[in-house]
Amino acid sequence: MVHTKYLIIGSSHAGLSALDAIRLQDKEGSLTLVTQESCLPYSPTMLPYVLSGQAQEEKVFLRDQRSLDGLCVVFKPGAKAVAVDERSRQVTLQSGEKIEYEKLLLATGAAPKLPPVQGLEAAPHHVLRTLEDALDLRSKIRKEGMAVVLGAGLIGLHAAENLAKGGMKVAVVEALSQVLPGYFDEEASQMIFRAFADNGVKILLNEKASKVKGSDGQTTLSLASGGDLPAGLLVVATGVQPRVEVLKGSGVEVDQGILVDERMRTNMNGIWAAGDVAQARGFFESSKILNATLPNAVEQGRIAGMDMVDDPALKVFQGAVSLNTYKFFGHRAFSVGMVREEEGCEVERAVVADSFKYQKLIFKEDQLVGASGINSDLDPGIMVQLIRRKAHLGDVKARFCASPVDISRVMMTNMWR
Amino acid sequence: MGNSFNTIAFFQDKCDGCGDCVPACSRHHTGGADSKHSRIKVAKDAEQQSFGIALCRQCGQPQCVMNCPSGALSKDLSTGIVKWDKEKCVNCQLCTLACPYGGITYNALTDQVMKCNFCDGDPACVKACPRGALELKQVASIFNAWGDLEDLVAPGLSACLGCNSEMLLRHTLRRIGPNVVVATPPGCIAGVGSVGFNAKTGLKTPVFHPLLTNTAAMLAGARRYYKRIGRDVTMLAMAGDGGTADVGFQSLSGAAERGEQMIYICVDNEGYMNTGVQRSSTTPYGAWTSTTPVGSVLRGKTRDAKPLPLLMAMHNCEYVATASTAFMEDYYGKLGKAIEAAKKGMAYIHVFSPCPTGWRFPTGKLIEVARKAVETNMVPLWEFELKEGRIRFTHPVDNPLPVQAYLSLIGKYKHLDGKQIAFIQEQTNRKIGVLKNFAREEKKEQVSNAA
Repeated sequence: MVHTKYLIIGSSHAGLSALDAIRLQDKEGSLTLVTQESCLPYSPTMLPYVLSGQAQEEKVFLRDQRSLDGLCVVFKPGAKAVAVDERSRQVTLQSGEKIEYEKLLLATGAAPKLPPVQGLEAAPHHVLRTLEDALDLRSKIRKEGMAVVLGAGLIGLHAAENLAKGGMKVAVVEALSQVLPGYFDEEASQMIFRAFADNGVKILLNEKASKVKGSDGQTTLSLASGGDLPAGLLVVATGVQPRVEVLKGSGVEVDQGILVDERMRTNMNGIWAAGDVAQARGFFESSKILNATLPNAVEQGRIAGMDMVDDPALKVFQGAVSLNTYKFFGHRAFSVGMVREEEGCEVERAVVADSFKYQKLIFKEDQLVGASGINSDLDPGIMVQLIRRKAHLGDVKARFCASPVDISRVMMTNMWR
Repeated sequence: MGNSFNTIAFFQDKCDGCGDCVPACSRHHTGGADSKHSRIKVAKDAEQQSFGIALCRQCGQPQCVMNCPSGALSKDLSTGIVKWDKEKCVNCQLCTLACPYGGITYNALTDQVMKCNFCDGDPACVKACPRGALELKQVASIFNAWGDLEDLVAPGLSACLGCNSEMLLRHTLRRIGPNVVVATPPGCIAGVGSVGFNAKTGLKTPVFHPLLTNTAAMLAGARRYYKRIGRDVTMLAMAGDGGTADVGFQSLSGAAERGEQMIYICVDNEGYMNTGVQRSSTTPYGAWTSTTPVGSVLRGKTRDAKPLPLLMAMHNCEYVATASTAFMEDYYGKLGKAIEAAKKGMAYIHVFSPCPTGWRFPTGKLIEVARKAVETNMVPLWEFELKEGRIRFTHPVDNPLPVQAYLSLIGKYKHLDGKQIAFIQEQTNRKIGVLKNFAREEKKEQVSNAA
């Protein structure tokens, strides 16, 4: 049986970030990286750009074989892990092969979650989670064709925009009352909504699909409010769920995702989890939350890797902050931290609807707790730091509100030079 | 050992927000001065009149690289520069979310992100800064040049926490190398254990413990012996200010006068720091020591320090220099010259060496104290080469900080009143004036050789 000191399942950001952290401390300990994907490591964040053709599929890879060899990593693509036995410290692959590990990181990511719509599973539909998905969807783009996207989250909107740019007539069906509710408030989401409308993409809010019927190229979607939508192409983007099947029968605690502590340790000795699959403490929330974003995967992966090699520089996880950037139809948006002000919060808003500018800062007493913007000049990364460091603005707050770009840069220079 | 890289340092207190760096940057990258293209941003807090900059730090473990999904950003391990590949970038902006410094920003004119690429090693912003607020730090070159060499200090030194002398000892020996005989007379350098414990030496080189009075004389003899048996071995004294400026001065002065071949380094912590913090002849005016106490009559030392480096220059040594651990490039350069000079005669380096224990300041402030001493002109950095016959400032400070910026960091000066501080300022100005006179280049009359 193959024995490895470190076994990492999943080769996207969390897995790679852990790998780098391990190799900083332990240059030689045997390290095996397995993934169910059949290609070199890449980021799912690239898929909308593969779909649009902006990124060439053969150039999306984050590592090549040579760099993995250089780090003494045994890379096993096309190897889906199907079982973990924490007592004998073995992972079974689909091929039947078993790998014995000393330390295991589960970075299996998340899989698309299908909504409970009658007939959906059987009907031809697309998701956007793997490179294959993206290439498949790209090959189906037909000028003047009708496309329906279920879900107005980041993946859904990226897909809708790219299908529209490919010449399709696109409708987006969203059950909630606004787009991107996890990142933007009503006002900002209306601006995004407007950009889509201006570009011919119809977004149906407060709407659900009740039934899907038809065969390839002839799918029809029945809406809950009545009426049908023809969908030559149906894309489902109603969220993701952690891939935890591999843990069936193991003693590793799973809630929505794999429950981890602030060092990304699971309840089982020798097993860590990080990234989209992990459920860890929130920054604002007292409970453990999922946070399927790239920056979160990078950070959790790094912490897991550092803990796996007992890196003395490890600082424990401070909690996941919701954060992302979003580019759409020539506009750029970002969101960090709190989206909707809680009671007792103050809000500083700067909106110029005509020039498509939006900026919102949320404060709790003298601390910044949320920042979001559309075509804003703020440095998103500095906002992240101000929130994470719980910086007290004190009497700088008034000046900060008046000219946040300058004052935040001066504060950054003073505080974390 | 991995590579170390040069960086651009920003000195906030020197920045007046003129913004000259901005068009310089734009011009370098685009040929035009439109500030929107600038990779460096100057930010202003008008009320506080303080300034900040947003600029790529070329981090060692760059967050932007870690968070880039397309592989467009990468750290070049040969140059240290975080590179951005326009072809691979998909413009997702996640790097702007990852960078804590505003070091990679969106350029509305190109609809892409942009970042500093260090102008191929010669940053335009640094050259454009009229006040020295931006500085190209090349200390990394020391690490690259000497980092792989062995640390010649044995494990187990017993220096105080935050000791400058220990650091100095390690750097000095690393630069000079193992072909050396080290003399460490009574004082902190010997006291930290360099001469050893239990019949084992504290250095990995030959080291001995002369008397406080005869360091230079003993090294002179050792050098002559080695020469006689045909070996070129460097003689190095690492002595305190007591062993140099007080009772050790007679033998040092004599050796300098005879042109004995050695490197004599005075580690000046301005007093007898290992025997209970007594004053020495290099203790400055106003300083508290246990023998210049602060009470109702005495307010610290009443006399000023002996200007030892200048005295040594007047001995016509081959090479004389002052140095500070806050300016390592400078020190390494001077050691290099001293090694050569000591083949011909005496090389004397006077290293300003703040002492957290005896001077009463937090251990973490050591380098800050050392730096402020230079930036207030209280410890000017200069060198004297016999062949040039004049003093040359190696780190001229054109806009010195008030001496209070240095004095206020240190416990031994905390009793000073306004009058004493004014006196120290006056003396500092006078002494820098004297040095400047020695540094002046004589304009020789042009003699025409034309027939």
